[in-house]
Amino acid sequence: MKRYVTLMTLLTLLSLSRVAAAEVQLEIELPRLDVAEYHPPYVAVWLEDSQRQAEHIAVWYDIAMRDGEGKEWLKDMRQWWRRGGRSLDLPIDGVTGATKGPGTHTINSQLNRVLSALPAGDYVLNVEASREVGGREVLRLPLTLPLETTVLPLETKGERELARITLTAQN
Amino acid sequence: MNARFLKPLLAGLTAALALSAPAHAHRAWLLPSATVLSGDSPYITVDAAISNTLFHPDHHALAVSGITVTAPDGSAVELLNAAQGRYRSTFDLALAQEGTYRIARASEGLRAFWLDADGNRKMWPGRGQQADESEFATAVPKDAKNLTVMRSASRIETFVTAGAPTTENLQPSGKGLELVALTHPNDLFATEQANFQLLIAGEPAAGAEIEVVRGGMRYRNSQDAIVVTADSEGKFSVTWPEAGMYFMEASYRDDKAAAPATERRGSYAATFEVLPF
Repeated sequence: MKRYVTLMTLLTLLSLSRVAAAEVQLEIELPRLDVAEYHPPYVAVWLEDSQRQAEHIAVWYDIAMRDGEGKEWLKDMRQWWRRGGRSLDLPIDGVTGATKGPGTHTINSQLNRVLSALPAGDYVLNVEASREVGGREVLRLPLTLPLETTVLPLETKGERELARITLTAQN
Repeated sequence: MNARFLKPLLAGLTAALALSAPAHAHRAWLLPSATVLSGDSPYITVDAAISNTLFHPDHHALAVSGITVTAPDGSAVELLNAAQGRYRSTFDLALAQEGTYRIARASEGLRAFWLDADGNRKMWPGRGQQADESEFATAVPKDAKNLTVMRSASRIETFVTAGAPTTENLQPSGKGLELVALTHPNDLFATEQANFQLLIAGEPAAGAEIEVVRGGMRYRNSQDAIVVTADSEGKFSVTWPEAGMYFMEASYRDDKAAAPATERRGSYAATFEVLPF
């Protein structure tokens, strides 16, 4: 038993150092859309384990509206809402933020906090965008923890509401 | 159907539907404007109507008087701005609490049908009236020809959730034909399977027949009904082919009725929203 515990500790230390070595960032590119009425999309970023348990990384919504009225459309990020968004008490420091316009936006600190706290295994990084008078899209990046730097960058492209998401080693 | 027959039928339709729904009666439905909501104290509006073409109100309004709304904590919720039009009733709800609300119209009662000495059809209670069981012995002749006495229960309902879903107020009452949503009724997605159980007076409604039809029927040329039968435990499942508002109708009958009835009938109908995956 003792030997087993020691081995586990060693493995944990090893995996921690491996994650620490691979500080990553997630780039989210929001497309510039040629539409008559443009509202910046609501965006949610979360990590799901194989049991579909979610760790929340980012939620961009209209936080400036009076009386929290911007929360009315959080449910339109349907998969995020279902995977735990509906049980959160927003805003959350380090997770929630204002909506962002077209261009590439980078997420790192909360992402690395979540990644380094999780046990080894298979996960899916999810990014969901929903836009008023627009559409909705979810992009998924499967990944394995501890993260090997050799697999980076991980990237997937969207069709409408998300141009591209890329997981890279931190600059 | 001639006009002379149609008029009294329409007049009593609401009440008749509440008691027993023959297989191809008009459908009574509740249609919420949204079933999954976020934000502080969101509002919804609900339509209530009787029509065959789901969910197009083109036949008769469903009276709001028998509709009750239960909040997640079990308390009653007031119907706001209730109004009855020709083809539909409507009311608003303020969802002040977080959790799942139940919007329902349930009734049950005794009914008797027989032929009098001249061969005319008789029924008790009269159309549109609620039975007072103490009057049964005097109202229904004991030696009536072709006498059928049934206990029938009907329930029409729908569910809406503000924030995270809850189940406290979804527990069965043990009366009539009821649905146990093993999959939460506000957590339904296209291509996924949802599991349900039907209970009659709190016991599994084995063999109950269920029909599920998607709304927007005016814009297609077939019913596209999903027909299933409950198993010995009253359980069944539905895989939603696509997103939309769905109408579920179930019926059950057996001869295990408490006297003086000889037949027990239950009808159940619910509206479910299925979201795109």
